[in-house]
Amino acid sequence: MLVYIAKRIVFAIPVVFAVALVCFLLVHIAPGDPLISVLPPDASQALADQMRREYGFDRPLPVQFGIWLWNALHGNLGLSIASGRSVTEEVLRAVGNTLMLAVTASVIGFAFGLLFGILAGYYRDSWIDRLVTTISITGVSMPHYWLGMVLVIVFSVILGWLPAVGMGPGGWSWDWEHIQYLILPAITMSVIPMGIVSRTVRALVGDLLSQEFVLALRAKGLSEARVFQHVLKNAAPTAVAVMGLQLGYLLGGSILIETVFSWPGTGFLLNSAIFQRDLPLLQGTILVLALFFVVLNLIVDVAQAAIDPRIKRA
Amino acid sequence: MSVITQDIVQPGPATRTRGYWAGVLRRLVRDPVSVACAIVLLLIVLAAILAPWLGLHDPYQGSMIRRLRPIGTPGYPLGTDELGRDMLSRLVYGGRLTLYIGLLPVGLAFLIGTSLGIIAGYVGGLVNQAIMRTIDVFYAFPSVLLAVAISGALGAGIFNSLLSLTIVFIPPIVRVAESVTTSVRSLDFVDAARASGAGQLTIMRVHVLGNVLGPIFVYATSLISVCMILAAGLSFLGLGTKPPEPEWGLMLNTLRTAIYINPWVAALPGVMIFVVSICFNLLSDGLRSAMDVRS
Amino acid sequence: MSEAEVLAPVSDIGGPAQPLLQVQNLSKHFTVSGGLFARKSVVRAVDDVSLSVDKGEVVGIVGESGCGKSTTARLIIGLIETDEGTILFDGETVGSAISLRELRRRVQMVFQDSYASLNPRLTIEDTIAFGPKVHGVDPEKAREHARDLLRRVGLDPAVFAARYPHELSGGQRQRVNIARALALSPRLVILDEAVSALDKSVEAQVLNLLIDLKEQFGLTYIFISHDLNVIRFISDRIVVMYLGEVVETGPVEALWDRPRHPYTQALFAAMPSLDPDHRTQKPPIAGDPPNPIDPPSGCRFHTRCAFAEPVCSSTVPKLAPTGVALHLAACHMVDPNSGHSLAGSRGPGS
Repeated sequence: MLVYIAKRIVFAIPVVFAVALVCFLLVHIAPGDPLISVLPPDASQALADQMRREYGFDRPLPVQFGIWLWNALHGNLGLSIASGRSVTEEVLRAVGNTLMLAVTASVIGFAFGLLFGILAGYYRDSWIDRLVTTISITGVSMPHYWLGMVLVIVFSVILGWLPAVGMGPGGWSWDWEHIQYLILPAITMSVIPMGIVSRTVRALVGDLLSQEFVLALRAKGLSEARVFQHVLKNAAPTAVAVMGLQLGYLLGGSILIETVFSWPGTGFLLNSAIFQRDLPLLQGTILVLALFFVVLNLIVDVAQAAIDPRIKRA
Repeated sequence: MSVITQDIVQPGPATRTRGYWAGVLRRLVRDPVSVACAIVLLLIVLAAILAPWLGLHDPYQGSMIRRLRPIGTPGYPLGTDELGRDMLSRLVYGGRLTLYIGLLPVGLAFLIGTSLGIIAGYVGGLVNQAIMRTIDVFYAFPSVLLAVAISGALGAGIFNSLLSLTIVFIPPIVRVAESVTTSVRSLDFVDAARASGAGQLTIMRVHVLGNVLGPIFVYATSLISVCMILAAGLSFLGLGTKPPEPEWGLMLNTLRTAIYINPWVAALPGVMIFVVSICFNLLSDGLRSAMDVRS
Repeated sequence: MSEAEVLAPVSDIGGPAQPLLQVQNLSKHFTVSGGLFARKSVVRAVDDVSLSVDKGEVVGIVGESGCGKSTTARLIIGLIETDEGTILFDGETVGSAISLRELRRRVQMVFQDSYASLNPRLTIEDTIAFGPKVHGVDPEKAREHARDLLRRVGLDPAVFAARYPHELSGGQRQRVNIARALALSPRLVILDEAVSALDKSVEAQVLNLLIDLKEQFGLTYIFISHDLNVIRFISDRIVVMYLGEVVETGPVEALWDRPRHPYTQALFAAMPSLDPDHRTQKPPIAGDPPNPIDPPSGCRFHTRCAFAEPVCSSTVPKLAPTGVALHLAACHMVDPNSGHSLAGSRGPGS
C-alpha cells in the first residue's frame, strides 16, 4: 500500500510540473502588454520599462518560468497587478470560501445522488427508476447558473425567504444569519453532482444486482439486507472515484455560481482577475485550483486502492 | 460427402440485410423520446436559420418606453428585455450564435480528438505515450476552469471562446478514441486483414475506422449538452459574445438586473439553453442504445 | 500481378520432396515492463523451435495454453516479428527470396474466436473478398470469387453473402473464416484452435469440411489445438510443445503408441476415457505450468516430472531420435548418454 502511494505521488510530479507550465504560459498567450492595465495611458517609455523590470517581464521566457516556478514552490505567486497585494494571500482567502461552498454542495449532492441512485438501481424499471432517471438527466442538462437565478427569483425576490447575494455581514460564522447565504448557492451547485452520482450509482447497483454472485448469495439464503451489503461493497470504489472527481469539478467550476451569487471565492477572484487583466492573479488562482484537483485525484486513487483489493495487486 | 450441412438452416430469407447505420436509424426512430427531442431541436435550428423570414421584430431595435414588458404583452408575446427589445425575436435570433458556439467546438474537437486518439491507439508505442501524456496534463484541469482560464487569458470574443471550448473537449475525445482503437486493433479480424497482406492504411480505412467511429461519435454527442451549457456560460461571464448580439448566455447575464422587475422574462434565455441541452442529452442516450446491436 | 495469378495457387517450386515449410531455431521473447520500480523481465514465449511441414501433410501442434502454440503460428505468418530464426517456404527464405507480403498469400490462418476474427461492419462477402481486392483483383470479380468460396464451404451465397457476422452461428462464422483464408489460394493454412470454441457436433462437421477442402485445394495444414482427440483425428504428425519449446515430435501412430516424453505421456493420460477400465485414477501432472517469465533451468518440465533427477535441472535435453523413424523427444531418458538413471532403458509408461 505504501509503495502504491509512493508510486502515485512520483507519477504526479511530472503532471504538477506540466500544470505549472500551462498556467505560466497562459499569461504569455494573452494578447497585449500585461502591464497595460496598471500603466496610465500617457505613461512614459522609461516608466513602462521600469515597471517591466520590476515585474520581471524583460527576461527571456524560460528564465521567467524558472523564477516563477521557484517562487511558486516557496509559496510566492507574485503580486497582483491590480491591487498590489500578494497573490498567494488573496487566493488562499478565496479558496476557503470556495471550499466551504463546494463541500456543502457535495454533501447535499452526494447524499441525494447516492439515495436516488441506490433506489433506482434496486427498483430497476419501476416508477422510482423512471423518476430518478428524469431527475438526474434534468440535473446534468441544467445550466446551473440559470438555476441559481431561478432560485433567487423564487426564494429571494418572490418569497423573500433567503438573501440573494453575498456571504452576509462581517466575517463568516456558522450561525443562521450567515448560513442562510450559503443555502441557495450550495443547492444550485449540488444539482450536477447529484445528477451524475445518481446516474453512476444506478448503473452500478443495477449491473451488480444482475450478476451471478448475487444470485449465489440469494441462493445461499442470505437476507436481502445482507445481499445488499455485498452489492454496496462492490459499488463503493467506483462511486468514491466519481464523487472525488465531482468535488474537484465543483472547486474548479464554481466560477459561474460564485458570479451569480457574488460569493467571494476563487471563481469570483478569477472573474475580477480576468476583467482587470490581472494576469499574475489569474495565473496564481488557476495554478492553486489545478493543484487542488491533482491532489484530489491522488487522494481518490489512494482511497480507491484502499477499498478495492484488486487495485493494489495490479 | 456433402459439405452443405445442418448448421446453416437458421437465417431466414435471402434478402440483402440493411446496413448497420440504417438499422441504427430504424431503432432510433422507434424511440418516442428521441424522436420528440429531434423534432424540438429541428424546430429550434430551423427557426434560428429562418429567423429573418419569420416576420419578427428587429432583435437590435430597442425602445426606452417599452422596457421589460411582461410575458403576454400584445405584440410582444414573450415581453421585452432591459433595453426594450422584443424577447421572442432575440430568443429566435439568439439560437444562431448559441448553437454555433455550442456545436462547433464539439465538432472540431471530434475531428481533432478522433484523429489523435486513433493514431495513438493504432500506432501505439512512443507515439501513444507522447499523445496520451500530453492529454493527461489537460485532465489535471477541471473543464470549466480550463475553458475560463484560456478564454480569460485570450480575452472576450467568439473566436476565443470557440478556441477554448475546442481545447477543453479534445482531451476526453482523445481518451475514448484511443481506448476504443486499442481494443479494436487487438481483435483477430485486424490480424486476419494483416495476414491477407493489406497495408496499414487499408486496414485503418476498412477495418479500424468503421468500428471505432461509431462509439466515438456517440460519446461526442453526449458532450454537446455540456458544451452548450459551458459556451453559454462563457458568454454569461462576459467572455464570449459581446453586446448587443443576441446570445442566450449573454442575454441571461444582461437580464440579471431585471429579476426584481420582471423575473420570468429574465429567466427565458435559460429555458432555451436548458431545453436544447436536455434534448441533446436524451438524443445522445437514444443513439447510444440504438447502436447497441445486442438490444 | 494479374487477377488470374492471385486467385490461382502459387505453383510448386521444390518438388514433392521439398518440405513446404521449414522453421529453424525460431525464438520470440517478449519484454514485460514492470513499471517504474520493477525490473524488466523477459517472457520466452517461443524458444528455439524448429519444425518442418511436408507438402500435403497435416501437422498438429498440442500443448497447454500458454505453451507458445499460437505465438508460433503468428510468427510463421509474420503477424509478430521474430527475434531469431529463419522460415523457408518451399525452399525459399522468407524475407530475402520471397517477401512477407508474398508469404501471406501462400500462408493463411484461421483464428479461434470466430466472432472477433470477422469485422462486424462488413458483410460476409466483403470480408472474404477483402484479401483478393487488396492484391489488386477487380472488386466485382473478388465478390464473385467470394460467393464461389461460400458455396465450397457449404454456405449458400444467396442466403449468406449479404449477411453480417452477428447474424450467423458460431459454426457458420467459422466456415466464413475458412473461406476467407482460402480466398488468396494459399498452399498452407494454419488453423489456430479453429474448432475449439464450437459445439462437438458442429466441430465434427467443420473438421470434415477441412478434410474435404484439403483434398479439393491440395492444401497443407498446421493444426493447433489443445484437444488431443481432434489432433489425433486430423493430423499426420504431431508436435508437442511445453513452455515455448518442442518436447516431442513424431508421426501420429508412433507418438500415440509410445509417447516418450513424460509430458506427452501425462497429456495422454489426462485425456478423458470412455472406457471404464481405463479411467484416470490420479492426476498425471501436478500443478500449473511454471511462469514462462522465469522458466525452470535444464529441462523445463523437471519441476512437474515424476522422473526428474539432478541432470534434468542442470542440463537442457535436446531433441533426440527415439529409434522410430521421425520420432524425436527432448528427454534425458531417451538419450542413452545423458546420465539419467533411466536413460536408454525402455523408459516409463511402456
